[in-house]
Amino acid sequence: MSNPSDLRYAPTHEWAKLDGDVVTVGVTAFAIEQLTEPTYLELKPVGTQLQPGDRLGVIESYKSTSDLYAPVAGTIVERNDPLVDDGKRKGDPKPVNDEPFGAGWMVKIKLAPGATLDHLLTSAQYDEQLASEGH
Amino acid sequence: MSANRRTPLYQWHVDHKARMVPFGGWDMPVQYAGIGPEHKAVRSAAGVFDISHMARVSFGGPDALTLLETVFTNSVATMKDGQVRYGLVCNEGGGILDDILVYRWPYGFAAVINASNREKILAWLDVHRAGRDVQIQDQTFDTTMVAVQGPRSVGLVAGMFADDVSRLKYYYATPTRYKDTGCVVSRTGYTGEDGFEVMVPNALGVALWEELIAKGAVPCGLGARDTLRLEAAMPLYGHELNDTVDPIHAGLAWAVKLDKGEFVGREAIRRAAADTARPVRVGLEIEGKRAAREGCAISAGANAVGTVTSGSLCPWLDKSLAMGYVSPQFAAPGTRLSVDVRGSALDAGVVPLPFYKRK
Repeated sequence: MSNPSDLRYAPTHEWAKLDGDVVTVGVTAFAIEQLTEPTYLELKPVGTQLQPGDRLGVIESYKSTSDLYAPVAGTIVERNDPLVDDGKRKGDPKPVNDEPFGAGWMVKIKLAPGATLDHLLTSAQYDEQLASEGH
Repeated sequence: MSANRRTPLYQWHVDHKARMVPFGGWDMPVQYAGIGPEHKAVRSAAGVFDISHMARVSFGGPDALTLLETVFTNSVATMKDGQVRYGLVCNEGGGILDDILVYRWPYGFAAVINASNREKILAWLDVHRAGRDVQIQDQTFDTTMVAVQGPRSVGLVAGMFADDVSRLKYYYATPTRYKDTGCVVSRTGYTGEDGFEVMVPNALGVALWEELIAKGAVPCGLGARDTLRLEAAMPLYGHELNDTVDPIHAGLAWAVKLDKGEFVGREAIRRAAADTARPVRVGLEIEGKRAAREGCAISAGANAVGTVTSGSLCPWLDKSLAMGYVSPQFAAPGTRLSVDVRGSALDAGVVPLPFYKRK
């Protein structure tokens, strides 16, 4: 599995892609392989202000439940709603399984003033983390 | 590096991109194509599982029957040759040490024991065999065990064995031959479907596995095995069953024969049966798609009334289902409860078990 080199990574397996001052966030293919196919996704709503490490949502599979964490500081400006179960509407998180680095993106976060992605891992560093975890 | 044991099918699993996980001291496949599709294949067609991690023990000698009657809650003496029976091994306090299958043969007995309890049960048997003339042989590492499960299982195994195993009744087994080599086939399983469990010498493990797949069985991992058994409301040791739970409150009174004669735990189980305050095992159907997991608190209004022991979104029924223990006054089907899933109180209702029953 290859982790795109134009993305940055949190040790908790979220990826972040900077475009201007907006960061698209998802989870890595590795995370989905560990989780097994997602069955449920819950994400904080648009407008939520986050610090790195804040809980961004919850993802579930038949097998397990995992928290998702914000990789950067900022405000959610867009959410990939068709994936999300919000109590009223049943989302379909299948794109997270099929294209974790593409159609399975989760939120777009407008960076807080002065916030950067510098604290996140490069793809090489993230590859190294996975290797050191024995994967 | 993992120090876990590997079944004779380990390399096949790895070569076929199974995701391997540690389970009961073994490296086992949790899934191949996905838990959802594997689960549905078993309900609608046929799936095949590597269950070689399960412990397989044979018993011989004149005192084998009395040893088994002593450590097993169900009746052994009333079993017919070829019959298979489910029951518990309990401690003196009536707590469950394992749930096992006992097989009766004309020449002795065999048992299939949970992988994680193998050493504990072997030690327990060793204690209780003292002074008895019984030979116990652990065959776990010499044999490969494969389960083929689902409505197409009968057609799928047709012609594979020297005997017509489609004539086996449910919970019966027969020695037969696979590729001119002795093996055992039993009409048993852990999915809620019809099917067979097959034990062959290790040398034939891969051949058996590949033949079943070539005939159309879908390889399934422990992930689907868990969601299938949950949907069928079969208890899993370490979740619904442990040594603080007695068989009566676990809903397994049918597997305990208090009047069969003395056995370990009998008096404690008899007392437990009269205890109407202990929590009992129930099924819960949870609103929405979120899964309740082991340890989630179950409440009635503001009062904690129990704990979840297993839970998942179940692929066939497409419902979030759970089993757990609740105080008996909240155990009646229709009772409205809530389950705390990571801080969210989810509405749930008690429903009759099993959740799924094959037609």
